[in-house]
Amino acid sequence: MTATPDPTCLPDCFRAWFKARGWTPRAHQVALIEQLAQGASTLLIAPTGAGKTLAGFLPSLIELSDMSRRKPGAARGDRGQGVHTLYISPLKALAVDIARNLEAPVAEMGLPVRIETRTGDTPTHKRQRQKLVPPDILLTTPEQIALLLSDPGGMAMLADVRTVILDELHALVTSKRGDLLALGLARLRQLSPKVRMVGLSATVAEPDDLRAFLMAQIEPGKRRLSEMVSVKGGAAPDIAILDSAERVPWSGHSARYALADIYSLIKAHGVTLVFVNTRSQAEMVFQDLWKINEDTLPIALHHGSLDVGQRRKVEAAMASGQLKAIVATSSLDMGIDWGDVDLVINIGAPKGASRLAQRIGRANHRMDEPSKAVLVPANRFEVLECRAALEASLCGGQDTPPLRKGALDVLAQHVLGVACAAPFDADALFNEIRACETYRHLDRSTFDKVIAFVATGGYALKSYDRYAKLKLGPDGLWRIANPKIAQQYRLNVGTIVEAPMLKVRMVRSKAEGRKTPLGRGGRVLGEIEEWFVEQLTPGDTFLFAGEILRFETILENEAYVSRARATSPMIPSYQGGKFPLSTYLADGVRRLIADPKQWSQLPGQVRDWLELQRVKSVLPRRDGMLVETFPRSDKHYLVCYPFEGRLAHQTLGMLLTRRLERLGAKPMGFVANDYALSIWCLSDLSLLIDTGRLSLDALFEEDILGDDLDAWLADSSLMKRTFRTCAVIAGLIERRHPGQEKNGRQITVSSDLIYDVLRQHEPDHILLTATWNDAAEGLLDISRLGELLARIRGRITHTPLDRVSPLAVPVLLEIGREPVYGEAQDAILAEAADDLIGEALA
Amino acid sequence: MTALRNAGQFRRVAPVCHDIAVGGTQLGLHDSGVAWWAEEQTLVVADLHLEKGSSYARRGVMLPPYDTAATLERLAMVIDAFDPARVIALGDSFHDAEGSDRLPAPYRAFLTTLQLNREWIWVTGNHDPVAPVRLCGECVDEMTLGDLTFRHEPQSGPQSGEVCGHLHPAAKVRRYGRSIRRPCFATDGNRLVLPAFGALTGGLNVMDSAFASVFPPRRFSAFMLGADRLYPFTAAKLIAD
Repeated sequence: MTATPDPTCLPDCFRAWFKARGWTPRAHQVALIEQLAQGASTLLIAPTGAGKTLAGFLPSLIELSDMSRRKPGAARGDRGQGVHTLYISPLKALAVDIARNLEAPVAEMGLPVRIETRTGDTPTHKRQRQKLVPPDILLTTPEQIALLLSDPGGMAMLADVRTVILDELHALVTSKRGDLLALGLARLRQLSPKVRMVGLSATVAEPDDLRAFLMAQIEPGKRRLSEMVSVKGGAAPDIAILDSAERVPWSGHSARYALADIYSLIKAHGVTLVFVNTRSQAEMVFQDLWKINEDTLPIALHHGSLDVGQRRKVEAAMASGQLKAIVATSSLDMGIDWGDVDLVINIGAPKGASRLAQRIGRANHRMDEPSKAVLVPANRFEVLECRAALEASLCGGQDTPPLRKGALDVLAQHVLGVACAAPFDADALFNEIRACETYRHLDRSTFDKVIAFVATGGYALKSYDRYAKLKLGPDGLWRIANPKIAQQYRLNVGTIVEAPMLKVRMVRSKAEGRKTPLGRGGRVLGEIEEWFVEQLTPGDTFLFAGEILRFETILENEAYVSRARATSPMIPSYQGGKFPLSTYLADGVRRLIADPKQWSQLPGQVRDWLELQRVKSVLPRRDGMLVETFPRSDKHYLVCYPFEGRLAHQTLGMLLTRRLERLGAKPMGFVANDYALSIWCLSDLSLLIDTGRLSLDALFEEDILGDDLDAWLADSSLMKRTFRTCAVIAGLIERRHPGQEKNGRQITVSSDLIYDVLRQHEPDHILLTATWNDAAEGLLDISRLGELLARIRGRITHTPLDRVSPLAVPVLLEIGREPVYGEAQDAILAEAADDLIGEALA
Repeated sequence: MTALRNAGQFRRVAPVCHDIAVGGTQLGLHDSGVAWWAEEQTLVVADLHLEKGSSYARRGVMLPPYDTAATLERLAMVIDAFDPARVIALGDSFHDAEGSDRLPAPYRAFLTTLQLNREWIWVTGNHDPVAPVRLCGECVDEMTLGDLTFRHEPQSGPQSGEVCGHLHPAAKVRRYGRSIRRPCFATDGNRLVLPAFGALTGGLNVMDSAFASVFPPRRFSAFMLGADRLYPFTAAKLIAD
């Protein structure tokens, strides 16, 4: 790392401060100071450990020290009374952490700079005071920016912001919070036209997306880009795939075979982070590690559903060096400094090259030293995926997702917020919003529909005009109908709609033969999704908070559990990886399989597996798609290998079963993983294909994304869940608030019912459009499915077989483990009711 | 169908119902969620909650304004099919006391045509404690016909022949690891609770403690509404939310 001390841009006290520490300002820190001095918004791309955060704040600290010197006595001098620098981070914990880290240099240099945080946890009196006496630097979150901008006092506070620092920008822009942020930034640019945006980001696939995000896109047809400063990665990471003597399983996600190896790795290193993909995996690995923890090493568990107090304890123990290892999900992925980590173990598939790089970056916050990481594939396909990820990491390949299109539900929330602050002109607001890179595509008629939605629900039937929330005045401005609406808005700000959660409380078991009612007041272990608990019947056991628990009952908004005596939980809660396999890695896996010359890098047993596939069936080609059909017990299977991720495969499975049903193939169900999809039918598929009664080209025709998709979606519970999120964000239904939960499960209007009514009566409603956009982009992965169908057109290889092929085994083993789709609800009801008849006759 | 009815020559065969006895009187349960008392040619429907959308819109929650239309269309289909001599609406017919006043003119006209040529009883409910305005029909707090008593809210303690609504019963069963929750009729042979008929009405699980004073624990049955039939379950087969 070359350092360029530049005497001209650093004031004396800063130079002295650097010198006292034996540091010199790094080149990118100096470059950022220079760019901002010229008033240019800038994107800083740097790996973990490069002093990114300090770089972001240096220009502001210099300006603030300068102002105070010029006007002694008047600390905030000529720049009015507002905030000078806004720092926005995706996590409130990060904001608090950064504030702490920033206090030190400010105190040491004796700068008269006031730094404060503002998050959901900030007490009301402090928020009020901040509006009266704003700090110089305010550290906050996108939701708080939206709140400040919806209120005249908050607007005044931000009226002459000079710099906005956006930390972990690569993570912020991938969600609806990024949309909320983008809209807020557009407002800030109106308030304070000279504001400079500083984006801090890890390495991404398309830096230009982030550069455009930072700028006002006011030139038609031209994409304006911010300046960019990038720091090349430090030492290349030292990554290995675990070479276990044990047999790598065909399927599953537990990586149990490698536990002894993982344990010895933990023992041999100072501090280890063990990353897994899902909460339940974390629970399982933690539980299993403790079973073999003969040395009682301090190993802790950290995931997003655990009680906050418990998480803070783990974090504190980690920071003070008391822990040997933490088993964690992505709740630990971001930013916060945990001190020295010597090794990162990634269990399961990495799913994306960039994701892996960021996790590995956590191994060392000193960028000049190589980070050390070990990848532990949980099954054979994951070995291939790990291999592809390792190669990507060696060549610096990135696969962060492309910039998303701004969501309409977030836009609706923003429009109401704007109206709460002051009456607005629709034309001006439209132009302001279109200046966001992520809302460039917005057309005027959609925008007008959004305003109509906010005002009266936007229904074709104009029966709610007299209840309108927004009214168009004779002056041509839209304003809120009454102040109550602003209060309502403030309670509903934000884009994070949690699945309804239940608290998990430990009680004494009913099973111990006590006749008394369950005791109350046990300790709360954390929170768990309502839908998960709904599947349980009293007595079922499951893993949570590192223990095997017995489900007792639900009381109000709490799930009561007791400590179970069982040694293995009854209910597997694995729901598949949260993140589908990235396109980039999928291509790597296909390439690896198709080219036996590369197999030498693979473990022997995986090589043998692929070799066997080549002999018994054929190898999938890199550009086409292999379809195998074979009989097994009394059913006929179709297995195809698209390698497009679980979400796209599930959608495809849903559509193919509908089509096969129509063709009379009698499909019974399907199951999908990240690599393959298997459908089973009663009809002999090989025969149908052989006699030309079933054409695979026709089956995988792209038009499957038309009517079939629409028809299936009509009743899909997935769409209903998505709709609920959109309806809450857009403000159609109100959020549940603490204290309301008690009866919330009964009285809130069911969003499913609203969805049904809307679909039937107003299928073009803006919220249904928003729901469709969300589902297509996220849960259904329609675009990826579309690309797949285009890619394989005319390139489908069909291989009829006598029996299951080696490559098909993993996905077939998922049957019974993953939910099976394609059963009609009424058929299940009929069967359940017939059971009863059977019982009666017996 | 309409032509036949106008001709007035045929009494159509009533749609297939699931016959049960309530306090000794035979009643038919229909998969649309209404009860049919063939002997009295009486159709019973509970919890229409008309104008629920506009009730919410008044306080700024803009639910779709189509609930009244949807509910009335379904009601019209049922009335067409049964051609009852009498209709009993078991209370909470309107979502709030001003609901009948807000009812838009076209729906008012439509509802009035449904009321033609038949007796119509509005039983009051907790949402609509007063008689609907500018609509036909008789308004009562409760009504006894033969051995049956019709009221909105079930009275506590054992009651023979009580037919009521109010609770919006729904039942849930589980099979193959999937659970299915549907509105249902609930009965112990003495008392019948009808599912809510309105388009935007949710359901309350019959295993909820609110049902504890209505039915003896585990000694009742639920008839879940299916696509074209009812699915009967004893309480022992049902699960809580």
